[in-house]
Amino acid sequence: MANKVADSISREEFFYGHKACAGCGGSLAVRAALKVLGPNAVSVLPAGCMSAVGFNFPQLCFSNNSIISTFAGTASMLTGVEAGLRARGYKDFTAVGFAGDGGTADIGIQALSGAIDRNDNIIYICYDNEAYMNTGIQKSGLTPFGAKTTTTPAGANIHGNIRPKKNMFEIAAAHDIPYAATASVGYIYDFIQKVRKASQIQGTKYIHVIAPCPTGWGVAPDETVDIAKEVVDCGLWYLAEYENGEFRLNHKPKEFTSVEDYLKKQGRFKHLTDEDISIITASRDKKWEFINKNFEL
Amino acid sequence: MRPYIREKKDFTFDEVPENTSFEAGYLTTVNSGWRSIRPVINSEKCKGCEQCYLYCPDGVISIEDGKAVIDYDFCKGCGICAKICKIGAIEMEAERK
Amino acid sequence: MSKKFLSGNEAFAEGIRLARPQVISAYPITPQTIVVERLSEMVEDGSLNAEYVHVESEHSALSCAIGASAAGARAFTATSSQGLLYMAECLYYAAGGRFPIVMMNADRSTALPWNIYGDQRDSLSQLDSGWIQAYAENAQEALDLALMSYKIAENKAVSTPYMANLDGFILTHTYETVEIPDREQADRFLPPYETDNRIDFDNPKNMAFSAGPDTNYIFKYKEHEGVLAARDVINETEKEFAEIFGREYTGLTENYLTDDADYVIVTLGSIAGLCRETADKLREQGVKAGVVRIRYMRPFPNEELAEALKNVKAYGVLEKDISFGNEGTVFTNVNSALKKAGVNVPGYDFVGGLGGRNISPADIEKIYSDIEKGTDSVNFIGIGGGNNGK
Repeated sequence: MANKVADSISREEFFYGHKACAGCGGSLAVRAALKVLGPNAVSVLPAGCMSAVGFNFPQLCFSNNSIISTFAGTASMLTGVEAGLRARGYKDFTAVGFAGDGGTADIGIQALSGAIDRNDNIIYICYDNEAYMNTGIQKSGLTPFGAKTTTTPAGANIHGNIRPKKNMFEIAAAHDIPYAATASVGYIYDFIQKVRKASQIQGTKYIHVIAPCPTGWGVAPDETVDIAKEVVDCGLWYLAEYENGEFRLNHKPKEFTSVEDYLKKQGRFKHLTDEDISIITASRDKKWEFINKNFEL
Repeated sequence: MRPYIREKKDFTFDEVPENTSFEAGYLTTVNSGWRSIRPVINSEKCKGCEQCYLYCPDGVISIEDGKAVIDYDFCKGCGICAKICKIGAIEMEAERK
Repeated sequence: MSKKFLSGNEAFAEGIRLARPQVISAYPITPQTIVVERLSEMVEDGSLNAEYVHVESEHSALSCAIGASAAGARAFTATSSQGLLYMAECLYYAAGGRFPIVMMNADRSTALPWNIYGDQRDSLSQLDSGWIQAYAENAQEALDLALMSYKIAENKAVSTPYMANLDGFILTHTYETVEIPDREQADRFLPPYETDNRIDFDNPKNMAFSAGPDTNYIFKYKEHEGVLAARDVINETEKEFAEIFGREYTGLTENYLTDDADYVIVTLGSIAGLCRETADKLREQGVKAGVVRIRYMRPFPNEELAEALKNVKAYGVLEKDISFGNEGTVFTNVNSALKKAGVNVPGYDFVGGLGGRNISPADIEKIYSDIEKGTDSVNFIGIGGGNNGK
């Protein structure tokens, strides 16, 4: 029983033997993307979960050329790697970055913006697990409204994080980037297809993939894929692309599944009141109003 | 091809690299000790659809002769494969220690 | 060989053109800007075949250079002051990864208060970052350092990034006639960069990794050995440079009239010229004055300083730096060198030129006279001793 998608990517494993938590969504995203890009991918990963679990001399878990960057320097090091290899006459390679939500939307946003502005020929993949997980679940700029983290505790006065997450996809698109996309490890076929598409486009490519962290989200390790699917199905995340100046929606749920069910499954949202949930639902509906108006289907 | 376990684990002064650059995919320790439960493939049921292969965060599943096979050295027992398998060909069983 | 009337920045850019960097990533900051403007023009007119990356910050400038170096390319960047501090994280990173990047730093004061003029508090604050640190005195030396820098940094035993420091405005913006070597001679002197410390598609690498307590100290020891190895490599490189280009340099220090000197000023950078002129004048008056110019702060010239100062009656360190709550960093380093060598002579620290304040011939004469008479341990030129306020 052949699987066309499995046949379309490398049978090699390029990210293997790493020490990520069981059920880590981020490691699934990195693994899948590298299998699309193949042995000539050069990966740059900032200080963060994936570098912490994959690069402890002498246990080195990438079988392709890979390098850790400074926390803020994913995009700038990618630029240097790409320019350096090109200057040395190499043509057949892909410079790809894998940074978390904090490394992308907070400390690394300046370098990312610079790289997009220069239209450097790189792929930048943000694996978004919605908090600083490597340091022990602290709030990042991509932590959603209401989420409990170790720096946004949920108590009687404040119910977790008080701000919604930044929209990095639209921030990247606002640079008029050649290609940007959202994805989720719950829809791995869609993600694989987007990484492949990105690898065929010249210039800067940005892919934002939701990658649940069972440890930080408070779900069982075997829930990672299901919860990553559910966040799309309930409408709190969406699968879309930006190309040639146009937004396109790749997947429109016929009917949203319950936001409350999605939230209440996770330890980080357990404390939310009905009012909190109605705020989240209302912001989802507002977002979809925008999507329906501005995104092609 | 995937990174594999090497015999050489300890490095003397002279063997430590002069810079922070070393052979890619060099593994010295396994992850099998992390498991409390292990996925077991029912080869009768497995149709080799490769869903488990695609969704495994650790990449420990491969397809041999049309059936899923697990590298227990590096499987952490997360259970994603058992959940993703729609035909119930993977069961999670307690590790016997 | 040709001659041109160039500023320090322009001379350095000419040296870099001859060194053929493959990737240049830089962010503008006064007073460094002219060097990157000239390099941009060279890339534009085709006289320099390099990728010029318009990065959006100094942090990215050096991060990009590290990426380029990891790709096996020769990389260059330049900065100054706040920019150097902003990229500080990457300084340690480049050195720890043993990436032989060259950077020009236009020495400039650090905020607050804001000030764009020259002192050396920026680069001296980064002595521990693992970079070789050279201090040029004039535009010719700036050009020559640019060309020699890669040969020293890329030497296998060294494999250490190299920071060439030019005093902001006083050197970066002052024009003098400079000899520019021929392209063929430069290519003979400096071959293309070859390294194993790079991305390799035939033998893939994992780079810039973590190392735990079991091996981390070994990596750090080897990093230390790399900087120390530069001592000999600098001497060898200068010898080869002299054979090809006919200009001689004197290693980690440059001594002036120190053989029989009673009173010596130890200093660094462009102020050394005025110190030598003053020493000449005092010699005419019968005072046995001398000057030691430190050319390299890292590796530090421990032996050279002990040798030059072992027979003096007293010495002073003149530096554009202060480590608040203690003394100037150069003074600390010099004293340590003498202590280790068992040289026990009185020494005094003179902190001057902060925020670009002029150091006059009279100031230097007073320093010599203070050294002779004895003074406070730490003295601020224009104010007085460190402990007695004004």
